Amino acid sequence: MSVAATTPRFKANVHEALHDLRLQGALPHARNFIGRRADAAARLPEFDALRDSARAIKDHTLAHLDLYLEAYEKKVVEAGGHVHYARDSDEAVAVILGICKARDAKVVTKGKSMISEEIGLNAALEREGINAVETDLGEYVIQLRGEAPSHIIAPAIHVSRDDIEADFRRAHRDLAPDRDLSQPEQLLGEARAILRDRFLSADIGLTGANFLVAETGTSIIVTNEGNGDLTQILPKVHVVLASLEKITPTLNDVAQILRVLARSATGQDMSVYTTLSTGPRRPGDPDGPEEYHVVLLDNGRSATLGGPFAEMLRCIRCGACMNHCPVYHAVGGHAYGWVYPGPMGAVLTPLLIGVAEGGNLPNASTFCGRCEAVCPMRIPLPKLMRIWREREFARGLTSPFARAAIRLWAFFASRPTLYGLAVEPAMRLLARIGRRRGRFAWLPFAGGWTRGRDFPAPQGATFQSRWRAKSGATR
Amino acid sequence: MSDSQAAQAQLRVGLFVTCLVDLIRPSVGFAAVKLLEDAGCAVIAPRQTCCGQPAYNSGDRADAQAIARRTIESFAGCDYVVAPSGSCAGMLARHYPELFSEEPDMAIKAAAFAAKCCELTSFLVDRLGVTKISARYAGVAAYHDSCSGLRELGIRDQPRKLLAGVEGLRLVDLEESDVCCGFGGTFAIKYGELSDAIVARKCDKILASGADTLIAGDLGCLMNMAGKLQRQGRAVKVRHVAEVLAGMGDEPAIGEPAAEAAK
Amino acid sequence: MSARDEIFASIRRSLNVGPVDAPRRDAVVARLAQAPVGIIPRRGHGDAAERLATFKAEAERVQATVAEVATAADVPAEIARYLRENNLPATIRFGDDPRLADMPWAETALEVARGPSEGDDLNAVAAAFAGVAETGTLALVSGADNPTTLNFLPDNHFVVLFADDLVADLESVFARLREKYGPGALPRTVNFITGPSRSADIEQTLLLGAHGPRRLHVVVARGLS
Repeated sequence: MSVAATTPRFKANVHEALHDLRLQGALPHARNFIGRRADAAARLPEFDALRDSARAIKDHTLAHLDLYLEAYEKKVVEAGGHVHYARDSDEAVAVILGICKARDAKVVTKGKSMISEEIGLNAALEREGINAVETDLGEYVIQLRGEAPSHIIAPAIHVSRDDIEADFRRAHRDLAPDRDLSQPEQLLGEARAILRDRFLSADIGLTGANFLVAETGTSIIVTNEGNGDLTQILPKVHVVLASLEKITPTLNDVAQILRVLARSATGQDMSVYTTLSTGPRRPGDPDGPEEYHVVLLDNGRSATLGGPFAEMLRCIRCGACMNHCPVYHAVGGHAYGWVYPGPMGAVLTPLLIGVAEGGNLPNASTFCGRCEAVCPMRIPLPKLMRIWREREFARGLTSPFARAAIRLWAFFASRPTLYGLAVEPAMRLLARIGRRRGRFAWLPFAGGWTRGRDFPAPQGATFQSRWRAKSGATR
Repeated sequence: MSDSQAAQAQLRVGLFVTCLVDLIRPSVGFAAVKLLEDAGCAVIAPRQTCCGQPAYNSGDRADAQAIARRTIESFAGCDYVVAPSGSCAGMLARHYPELFSEEPDMAIKAAAFAAKCCELTSFLVDRLGVTKISARYAGVAAYHDSCSGLRELGIRDQPRKLLAGVEGLRLVDLEESDVCCGFGGTFAIKYGELSDAIVARKCDKILASGADTLIAGDLGCLMNMAGKLQRQGRAVKVRHVAEVLAGMGDEPAIGEPAAEAAK
Repeated sequence: MSARDEIFASIRRSLNVGPVDAPRRDAVVARLAQAPVGIIPRRGHGDAAERLATFKAEAERVQATVAEVATAADVPAEIARYLRENNLPATIRFGDDPRLADMPWAETALEVARGPSEGDDLNAVAAAFAGVAETGTLALVSGADNPTTLNFLPDNHFVVLFADDLVADLESVFARLREKYGPGALPRTVNFITGPSRSADIEQTLLLGAHGPRRLHVVVARGLS
């Protein structure tokens, strides 16, 4: 795996995140998405029907993925493009480096691509002396900071305005040191001017894709800034990097999914730019790339089809799950420790890096279900997290203490009479100890709870013993 | 209608008391019994333990199945199974059938059992059509929607409808009432620091609501929020909706000392 | 085994299917040929006047501006007015689209340049392939008539939309594209544009003109002449 994961240190990451005052100051911005999504959904009476429609389209596509992939490939080639297949990250990186070297590329501009993060592309390009320039404003900011995105659609949501100003002053040294950057508009203006030069001088433009359309061999990107378009129309070569499950049968199918994508993500009805690209420029076209390549990444996705996690392949990367997640809100995206944060990351990360490394994430959920409730593709995220927990338990990856505790408790819980005999004296004892205060400030084995919270003392005898005493054995 | 006819028409309701209520706060169970009996039900409480959720959510499917089998057996012969908890009722009504998806015979039994299972307030309102209860509670209360009840069972209006009939009680809006309190069962201990951060925010919202009482329908969430409020030294009383509806609002609130001990 | 072959084999193994499976293949061929439409929101529907009203309201919701003129001949004057009232330079660039070229630009004081943008133009005009009432979206197609660079490099983007090209929804645009370019074929680039460029990457503050145009002004021409 090209990108090292800190997911095994999740609890330490959480601790750091909760004590990072700058981060805690920035995190509330992620909650802005909640009301916007709700408003957009409320404005469209057909929204929930469209979710069902979108889900059905993806399920149908995944069940016929080999055939749609064939059809897609044929259309790309007909339009003069090239399709490359990559089994894993290393192969995808190698293909892209090959394209860069054939063109002797020095500068690669990049539209936002989570797959690029997944395969660790920037580091690989830099190692070969190729300057990779992120052009999405948020991605540009975190690239300057040497960080990974902390959100799949708002990569710099953890960064404050002041930090961006400091980053720009550090990175843009040839600009006047006394320039005013106190307003967001000024920060945007500076990034726009700097990146405009990069767009115009890039040798290769690399974008991701929201959809790959089998009907026409088209790749589609959905953006708001226009950086993805400048990335792909100005350089001589346009490289699309996407994973297999982006295949969508027809343009009409795309229209269905588009109607739930932006609404779920930012609360927009449509993102500003939805761009369909089919092959290289045509004879007579005055602009557009001369070469068009699609790099299709598998990275374990094909093996996921047909199994319990296949539903995850419906994910359209809108970010609604993390926007509504209490865990994400508390710690932000970096604590998750790899590329994909939030509930979708909690399911996807173990699939991509293994449950031994990623197992913390599906455990760190209250199963509040809000993610599933807002997922446009109706992915049962809590259920999928629970399946990871079952796999961990079955493979003996659960901690021995937790395992023993659960099994011991379950032994009693499946034997009501024995259970009653065991819990009754324990509750009476606890009630006596806790009687005066009504609660405990400390309990054995519950330090995780009592470090920040009291624990209420039991009232005394259990309900069941009182009930039987009160009503006799007949009731 | 004669007494015998009335008895025949009486619904036989099995109270699934939930392990937390059984162990920590039996008064919620008795409140539930009162509400059900007032609504004309015959209540029984067979020997029981827990719905199995801790095992289920820890990935221990085999033990969860064993517990589920026992529970289904224990409640055979009830017209309905009612729990004073959205989370446990959700486990019985939504997850039991799923637990036996690979065992056709059990799956049928589990589905039949699930169809009888109900959370208390929704049972009173949606199944029995209860519109009015007679109870008094002097206070200004905020209502927290516990996650499983809200999202698995659609419980939102039912408790509010019933609480509106409590004399002396004023319900105020709780911002983010539908956001998780951070309890999550074993999550609260396993990821204690994270859980604590989530409930701290919930407490901010509770305080901002101006309520002197916090009400919810799940004891786990209530213990979590009460524990945090009390650690913070807040005076907000935390109570289960069943106690308030049953007129048992003079019971010491969750985490408060018993009356005679406080003297 | 090549990466391609291995990926196809892996997909088929996971789906438990063989490479030749007539019913599956038929289902795929049929869907690609028929391109069934799914749920179409009612919002974009209605007669021409209603569609125009919806388009205008939706475009304005996303910070585009919309002006209506009677005929194509009135477009240059409207663009000149907009530039003047916003204190913008009186320059304009557009491609080879005869619908634009035939407009009476000489009757305005605008300085006209032609062809794709090199990145130093402030103002550009394009003629839309279609407009979508449902979301106030414009559809533009690449080619010498309306070079794609004009949609992104200039600061101020003017788009002429002929009222006959205003349709209810995206599906109607796709139908028109199939009609014009043939089934399964598209021009190099189709841009669906909904409002001017924006970013909320700085503390979720909405800012216009991130990398693309800061302003999007749509001129709806009710008739060609």
